[in-house]
Amino acid sequence: MNNTIKQLSRSPKFMTGFCMFVAIILFTLIYPLVNPGNPLEMIGVGTFARPGTYVSLYDAVSAQRETFKLADADDKRLAASISDEDRVAMIELFGMAGMELDIEAGDTEALLEAWEANFDTLIQTKMTSAKRKYYTRINNKLLDLKAADTLVVYEQGEEDSKSKIVKTDYVRTGAVANVKTLPLGTDNFGRDVLKELVSAAKTSLMIGLIAGTVATLVGLTLGLLSGYLGGNVDEIIMFITTMFTVIPSFVLLILISYSLGQEQRGPSVVAIVIGLTSWTWTCRSVRSQVISLRNRDHVNLSKLSGHSLGRIIVTDILPYIASYVVMAFILQVSSGILAEAQLSLLGLGPKTTTTPTLGLMMNWAMLYSAHTNGSWWAYFPVILTIACISFSLNLMNTGMDQVFNPALRDG
Amino acid sequence: MKGYRKYFSKKIIWFLITLLVAVILNFILPRLMPSDPVSAITGKMVGSTTDAKAVQQIYSRFEEEFGTNKPIVVQFFIFLKNLFRGDLGTSFSQYPRKVSDIIKSSIGWTLALQIPAIIVGWIIGNVLGAVAAYVRKGWDKVVLPVSMFISNIPAFGSAVILLYIFAVKLKVAPVAGGYAFDMIPNFSWRFVKSVIEHYQLPFWSIVLISIGGQAIGMRSMSIYELNADYVKYSRFLGIKDSKIVGYVFRNAMLPQVTGLAMSIGTSVGGALVAEIVFSYPGLGSTMYAAVTAADYPLISACTLIITIMVLVMTLLLDVIYAFIDPRVKAAQFDI
Repeated sequence: MNNTIKQLSRSPKFMTGFCMFVAIILFTLIYPLVNPGNPLEMIGVGTFARPGTYVSLYDAVSAQRETFKLADADDKRLAASISDEDRVAMIELFGMAGMELDIEAGDTEALLEAWEANFDTLIQTKMTSAKRKYYTRINNKLLDLKAADTLVVYEQGEEDSKSKIVKTDYVRTGAVANVKTLPLGTDNFGRDVLKELVSAAKTSLMIGLIAGTVATLVGLTLGLLSGYLGGNVDEIIMFITTMFTVIPSFVLLILISYSLGQEQRGPSVVAIVIGLTSWTWTCRSVRSQVISLRNRDHVNLSKLSGHSLGRIIVTDILPYIASYVVMAFILQVSSGILAEAQLSLLGLGPKTTTTPTLGLMMNWAMLYSAHTNGSWWAYFPVILTIACISFSLNLMNTGMDQVFNPALRDG
Repeated sequence: MKGYRKYFSKKIIWFLITLLVAVILNFILPRLMPSDPVSAITGKMVGSTTDAKAVQQIYSRFEEEFGTNKPIVVQFFIFLKNLFRGDLGTSFSQYPRKVSDIIKSSIGWTLALQIPAIIVGWIIGNVLGAVAAYVRKGWDKVVLPVSMFISNIPAFGSAVILLYIFAVKLKVAPVAGGYAFDMIPNFSWRFVKSVIEHYQLPFWSIVLISIGGQAIGMRSMSIYELNADYVKYSRFLGIKDSKIVGYVFRNAMLPQVTGLAMSIGTSVGGALVAEIVFSYPGLGSTMYAAVTAADYPLISACTLIITIMVLVMTLLLDVIYAFIDPRVKAAQFDI
């Protein structure tokens, strides 16, 4: 046992996978301590707020100001106020007016210079009146931005309590009472994606572990019985196993989850169902291992000594197949997490109001078409998390495979 | 040819037994559902009517139509009889449309998408894996970790990422559907072009996920074979390297064929979910719609068709395997 662990710790693949997996688990445990609270709390009213740091505008007005005269401040402000669409439309107008321009959409200075110089001729171009209004609006906005340099904020009802804001006013982020950092923005219900993701990863890992445990226990028991007893028991078990390898487990999963109905489908029930549909691989590999062990001398010696079936299995057979069982368990965990995600995407995932799962987050993102409206932060971190979890588990599995199966070792 | 008969008849008997079990499971599991689907559809049909007698009449009419008022064994034989005639019942959510019509309109899309994608992914994956095994240093170091990471991205994940890059950002591919939404399926050039355009993203996302797993499997099989005694012996005999490589890859290929047969059941699930991401008009999207609408005849029809598809593909692969594996051939002539 000690020797095995020593060997494993020298396998770079196993250690990389193991460290990744432990890091993910630690993160799901530690992050809620740093940022406590309900992961499903809807903090935003709108949907899909971009990732970033949000500063309360209300508090910023009354916070203590400093004056900075920065050379590029005006340019930056102008650049930020023209959207990408507007830029494309502006360049298009130059083309329509027949002017050859060699300006990139990102070059604000050159674009605005050309725009200002030529606007009067540009607006004479033949176009629909809606378009003409649109271009005039852009132009007015640009003129306004250049002309005004003071914003005035009134409190409602009290016209003399003015607060003037000039372009050179700055406020330190720390001086504003309310600043909220959302590293991954918010989702369709206005929930903090990072907080939700951490909680979801934890639930999904749990689903994977339960599913893996159930699958390994069932597969191990059936494999041991089938391999050790042989005869009719073996034939019946192998008949069932082969059948369930061929009938797609995803189909069984759909049928069972659907038959359970909404109310019964908690995360742990889904995990158990996943486990019950994915034990066939473990059973097969355990059986073939046991068959090769069954007639070894030490097993025969135990039989002759009159040891009970349970004792022979526990002391003479299990230690030899332990490494295979652990490897199969690792793969079951990762496929369990994936199965939950696929099931949830179909709308058959766990029914829960307290904890999200990775699959449910993905399902919500798809339902609110985050994938077509460009809100990458609602689904990309979820995919990355699933990929990282199963990558780390598979890496561990490959590492173990190389340790126990020398033919596969590198160089 | 005679020797194969025993092998094939064994395989076909197996196929039939598995099919029967699949059909039974498909019949029983949805009927264990706690809620009463007939009362659900009655509720939908009745709307705001409060006349108890009318509701009762509608309920018993639907009970008659869906056959839920008979004992379960009788129901099963009716189900079997209808199944043989290709009648899979009436859809709840798209009442009065027949389930078989809905399936008919979507199965072609799924078959045309999945079979080529699985085959192409299998070929590319095996070539990459074999190259990685043969070259080892360098290629192996790059290809293996990359393909391992890619194979761990879930099918829907790679689908969403491809969709975001090519359809949303670069706008070189359509976002959703099997053909442009303003078209009616016909055999015009314009329609075929639109279908091909819509085919690309779902196709490549399925290919991409199957490459990784196949490459890893092929690599370890090839390494195992490259270290085998017959390879060393051939080297001592001075047989050309390219010839040995030919032998090695033929031998490494065989378990990969079985592997493909075994993994079809798993990969189909992922590929069906990828269809949902692209709103591709295949079985995956149909099933998604059926689950959302709690349409249980449609769900069990979808699962049944998928099971049959997988079983048939497995049977076909078994047949192919018999022809390419010399051991199966030899075994047949020995007996």
